[in-house]
Parts: sequence; structure tokens; C-alpha cells
Amino acid sequence: MGAGSQTSGRGRRLRRYGRKAAALIASVALTFLGLLFVTFLIGRVVPIDPVLAAVGDRAPAEVYERVRIELGLHLPLYQQFLIYIGKVLQGDLGRSVLTANAVTTDILRVFPATLELATVATLFGVLLGIPTGVLAAVHQGRWPDQVLRVVGLFGYSVPVFWLGLMGLLLFYGRLDWVPGPGRLDVFYEGLLPAKTGVILIDSALAGEWGIFRNALAHIVLPAAILGYYSLAYISRMTRSFMLEQLNQEYITTARVKGVSERSVIWRHALGNVSIPLVTVIALSYGNLLEGSVLTETVFAWPGLGFYLTQSLLSADMNAVLGGTIVVGTVFIGINMLSDALYRLMDPRAR
Amino acid sequence: MTTPPADSIPEGRWPGLRRWLMSTSPGSRRQARLGRAYLAWLSFMENRLAVVGLAIILLLITTAALAPFIAPYPPNSPDLSERLTPMSGAHWLGTDELGRDILSRIIFGSRLTLYVIVLVAIIAAPVGLLIGTVAGYAGGWLDAVLMRITDIFLAFPKLILALAFVSALGPGIENAIIAIAITSWPPYARIARAETITIRNADFIKAARLQGAGPTRLVWGHIVPLCLSSLIVRVTLDMAGIILTAAGLGFLGLGAQPPLPEWGAMISSGRKYMLDQWWVAAMPGIAIFVVSLGFNLLGDGLRDVLDPKAEGR
Repeated sequence: MGAGSQTSGRGRRLRRYGRKAAALIASVALTFLGLLFVTFLIGRVVPIDPVLAAVGDRAPAEVYERVRIELGLHLPLYQQFLIYIGKVLQGDLGRSVLTANAVTTDILRVFPATLELATVATLFGVLLGIPTGVLAAVHQGRWPDQVLRVVGLFGYSVPVFWLGLMGLLLFYGRLDWVPGPGRLDVFYEGLLPAKTGVILIDSALAGEWGIFRNALAHIVLPAAILGYYSLAYISRMTRSFMLEQLNQEYITTARVKGVSERSVIWRHALGNVSIPLVTVIALSYGNLLEGSVLTETVFAWPGLGFYLTQSLLSADMNAVLGGTIVVGTVFIGINMLSDALYRLMDPRAR
Repeated sequence: MTTPPADSIPEGRWPGLRRWLMSTSPGSRRQARLGRAYLAWLSFMENRLAVVGLAIILLLITTAALAPFIAPYPPNSPDLSERLTPMSGAHWLGTDELGRDILSRIIFGSRLTLYVIVLVAIIAAPVGLLIGTVAGYAGGWLDAVLMRITDIFLAFPKLILALAFVSALGPGIENAIIAIAITSWPPYARIARAETITIRNADFIKAARLQGAGPTRLVWGHIVPLCLSSLIVRVTLDMAGIILTAAGLGFLGLGAQPPLPEWGAMISSGRKYMLDQWWVAAMPGIAIFVVSLGFNLLGDGLRDVLDPKAEGR
């Protein structure tokens, strides 16, 4: 075997990677385009006349006509769509009627709150979900498995907003273990210079531990309720991945060699499960962004979900569609990332 | 499941019927079909949780059908002297902020729940089935285009998309149904396509084609029936999600509008009184929970019976 055939082999492999990466990017771009098309269509079928909304219903006909042309509504639909794509790509999502800010500014302001909540919720789901999933797999069919099944069934059947309300009723209203809705007590509001917008990080950086503790107390309940869903999902997937591994021959071999049961389960099997688990965790993170809409509304958590529902109630279409685009983009991005990660980390998927 | 030998079949109430159903050499197509359905029924009945699920769904349907006869009060008759009364003999689940009986409203609300899930299933399942089977059977560019559209819809967060649609169409239960249906069909298309591709090149399809069956007949008469069982399982499992989404839209004020006794909207209106009059928000939530639990249990059971490949997943 000469050196020449090796390089050509490497070249072929590189080309194959390149082609796969191109296909992935193309499919993501297409999906994103589809997202924009849907939001564009939704914006067009709204019964609210955007010109009337801008000029008011007592404007003379020539003003109306001028604004119509300014807004580009006299152009054919496909041109309007192209202009729309161009604007979105430049980060221009229009102006919110409710706050009179650019939607992009608004979203950048509220997004850290959602990020904070979803991250803490995912941590909760991962830290509890993986061990319980492993336990259920090891004790398949016995009580840990049954308990996990009940936990999962409950999670898939209970409305999250109701669970949030009941959590508030019990832990805030009756037991007084946690503070009420919101991110901070009113007393602390506005004391902290927003660097990242994530209060837990900002307060820790500023050394304001009183605020940190207050923020932590505020986030525990919403994050636990939101994280319950990722807990149910992550533990169920961990269980099924682990079951698959534990039936393989290398596990038997390790046991025969005298490797301790703990090492077999937590090192050998779980080690091999970690790659698909990463994708599961990424997916559940994306789902949390969506789940946060209802949770944030219940807990008056000033994030993207709360912003979306507030805008919905005041028929602020630019804000609603902008929020939809942002959530959709993050969702698509996370899906793509988890897919790419899986391919990168698992040699069999290359 | 293997059929036990005829002599070991326990004698039931109708031993003759049972033996006829369990026969290893059925005399007609109908006997074979009924026999298989009977076996499926037996294995379904063995799964106790699934039976509980079925019971919950049957209870929901009965409640919805007989609502005016069961409910102690009409759903929309305010009585301000009875405002926010706790649970009592007169009002089993208490009354809400307008003095309406919560139990009666939940009973009438079951009609709305049933209305939503039936309509969503009727709209979304056939659309998904059609797109999936056509894509899978035709292959080529049609498959590529249809599946790309499906993927785009799958890549969206469902609730957010439904929110955006409802905000465009305007709040209301019909629009909520349309929005949920628009976001629910893609998984059905995926399943139907996967099934179609495995069936497409089977010998019996080739035989039918040689006999002169056209594409429509092949898809409709031979492929669609074989996709149905996995589709039914998936739709049943999705029902819980549909109920939760509809309730979520109702909670946000985008679904059924007051004074309709929709469970999510009832929770939303009870929210203001939650810390002192908790039952107003709590009771409709329990109803939502029980019904979606029922669909989850039933779906799990159906999956084990109809789709043994997917067991344990």
C-alpha cells in the first residue's frame, strides 16, 4: 500500500464530509426559509390591515396610499417575501406596537431570562433524569422502573400551567417555602447592573450574594416544574439506551473479567450511552424553550414566553411573529447541532 | 401470540363461540379476522392499565353524551349570591367567580374536549396518511418535496406555531382546532411513509399491480389499510398532547372563549382567586389530567397490541 492511495483515501473522506456538511447546511437553510415563509404567510392573513394600524382610520386616502407604498404592500407577494427575508437576515423584525421598541431589542432584553430558566430546568432534568434512568434500567421491571414509569406518565398527562399554579398555591401560598412569581423580590428589582441579563451570573459576578440567593429562591419552583418534563424525557431515554447496552456481549465480558458491577454500569454502559444522551439533552433543551411559554406566563417570568403571550393578547403581530422566528430558529439550530454532534462523536454515524 | 391447542382452551360462558374464534383452521376470511381481533382483545385486556385508560375514555364519551342529564346545574347560569362557595353537598366541587357550579361546567366541558380531539384527529390523520403514503409510494422528486415540507413542519416548535396561527386567525375554539391540526399532521406523514416504503416492494403489491391495479387502488386499497394500525396508535398517544395544547391555548385566552366551559379557560379564570379559592383552578386541571392520562394509558396498551415492534420504547 503506497502513500498515494492513503492520501487519495483521505481526500475522498474529506470530500464526503464536505458533501455531508453541505447537505446539512442546505437542509437547515431550507427549514429556516420554510419558517420564514410560514411567519410571512401568517403576517399576510392577519385580518388587521397593517396600513390602517400605522396611520389610523381617519387618515386621508393619499396618506394611506403613501404608507402602503412605504410599507411595500403594493409589490407582488414574492417580492414582499424577498424583502421580508432580507430584513429578517439583517435582524430587523419590525417594531412592537405594545412597547414601541424594535422587536429585536425587546427580544434581546427578555431572552436571557428564558435562557436562565431553561438552563436551570435542564440541569435539574439531567442531574435527576440520568441516575433515575440508569436505576430503572438496572432494575428493569422492579419498583424503581415502575416509579419512573408513573413519573413519566404523570409528566406527559398533566398540564404544565396547572402544575405551576398548584406549585405556587402549595409552596408559596400555603407553606411559604418559596417567594412568589417574578425573577426577584420587588425590593431587589433594578439594583443590579445587567451585564449578561442572567441574574444568577450577574449577581455572582457583582458579589451581591443577597440578590443571588433571592434569585435562586425565585427560580427553584418554575425551573423544577419546567424541568420535570425534561426529567421524564431524559430518564426514559436513558433507560432505553442503557437497556440496549446492558444486553451486549462486552458487558458480559467485563463481568466475566471480574469488573465490579458499579463500574460495569456507570463506566462501561453509561460511557457508551453518553453520545446519544447528548442529543437527547439538546432536544429537551429545545423543547423547554417552547414549554417556557406557559410556565413563564404562570410565574410572570419576564422572558421570551411571557413576552410572546403578552404580545398575543394585545394583537402585537410583529412581536408575536418575531418571537416565533427566534424560538423557531433556536429550535432548528439546536436540532441541527445535536445532529451534527452525534455524527461527530459517534464513529458509526460518520 | 401463539394459539393454545384446542383442548387446553378454558371453557368460558360461550365455549362454542370461543372455540370458533380460536380455531387454528378458520373456515372463512371473516372467521380468521374475528379470531385475530379476539386474540388482540384478549392481550389488550391483560394490560390492566390500558383497560383503565379505555374506561376513562369511555367515561369521557358517556359524560359528554349525557351531559344535560348528569350535570346538576346548567353550565352557564350565574348566581352571584353563590359566588366562590367551597365544596359542599349542593355544589360538589364548589362554584366559580360567577357562582356557576364547577362540576356542571366540567361535565359540559367534556363535550368541548371531545370536540377538539375528534376534529383534530379527523383533519390531521387523513392529511398525514395521504401525504405519507403518496410520498412513500411515488418516491423520486415528489417524495423529496413532500418530505421536505414535512420536515420543515416537524422542525417547528408546535405550541409556538399554534400560537402564531391562532393569533393570525383570531381566538376561538375552531381556530384553535385548525392551528393544532396544522401542527399535528407531520408525524403521521412520517409514519405512513415509513410503512409504505417497507410494503411498497412486497410480493402482494406486485401481484396486485400485475392484475392491473392502478396507483390509486394500490395506495388506497392495499397500502393504507396496513398503515392504519401504527397510525391509530400514534394518534391515540398524541391525543394527550392535543388535549394539553388545546387547554394551554384556552388558558392563554386564545382557545374557547368565555362563557364556554373549556377546562383550560376555566383554570385561567380561577387563577385570580387561586390562593384563597383554590378549587376554582384546581378542579378543571384534574379533569384535564385524568383525560390525558386515559389517552396515554390507552395508547400504550394499543401500541403493545397493534404494534409489537415498538414495544418498550
